[in-house]
Amino acid sequence: MTKEPLRFHFDICGENFTSAGEASVSIKRILRQIGISPDIIRRVSIAMYECEINMVIHANGGTADVDVYTDKIILTLKDEGPGIPDLELAMQEGYSTAPDSIRSLGFGAGMGLPNMKKYTDVMDIKTEVGKGTTVTMTVFL
Amino acid sequence: MTTAILREKLNLEILNEADPNREVTGGYTGDLLSWVMSGAQSGDMWVTIMTNINIIAVASLTDVACVVIADGAEIEDSVIEQAKIRNINLYRSKKTAYQICNEPLFL
Repeated sequence: MTKEPLRFHFDICGENFTSAGEASVSIKRILRQIGISPDIIRRVSIAMYECEINMVIHANGGTADVDVYTDKIILTLKDEGPGIPDLELAMQEGYSTAPDSIRSLGFGAGMGLPNMKKYTDVMDIKTEVGKGTTVTMTVFL
Repeated sequence: MTTAILREKLNLEILNEADPNREVTGGYTGDLLSWVMSGAQSGDMWVTIMTNINIIAVASLTDVACVVIADGAEIEDSVIEQAKIRNINLYRSKKTAYQICNEPLFL
């Protein structure tokens, strides 16, 4: 039987782009404290950061929940933003709808979603235009 | 090679030296942050001209050994402050990224 997970909840503020990443840096610290291996920490925190950045750029923030089980970590990031009209297109490397102001900061290279997929074992995106997007990512320990 | 030795070899300006004994095992150059998160490895020297505050989060998450700002690019005090808070080794060079990476560091 799987034990109850350790759960961590974060509110992602959509207004302040410069503070984006605080949740990901926090989860990195927490995972290190509970003895997760450095490679797993890197994968989880980068995937979460990419998703967090997307939520700030496109969806005015949202929430992030991290559930740590004995055999896996599940990240669930949820927003009530505009949704993704063409998910297949969005998954392609290099495709981005980020504005120039964001690109000038080094984002918007169209590598966010591909990176999230690269660094996690399972990724599921549920999105509805006008309603929002929920991204669930699993990393096995 | 430690970051302190790297700093001496490249004659880098110290913006924040959180851990002079951190081992540098490789390098990565790039300014697009998702590419950096895809390609940079733990222990790398990351050379970039990007100086906004998001580089500190990226440096922390990728676990690079240090960030080297190339071309003597201007950097705001708030970014250096953030590097102090996050214990990130942050240096600067007047040289270009090409010149920095062309130094025979690992011979």
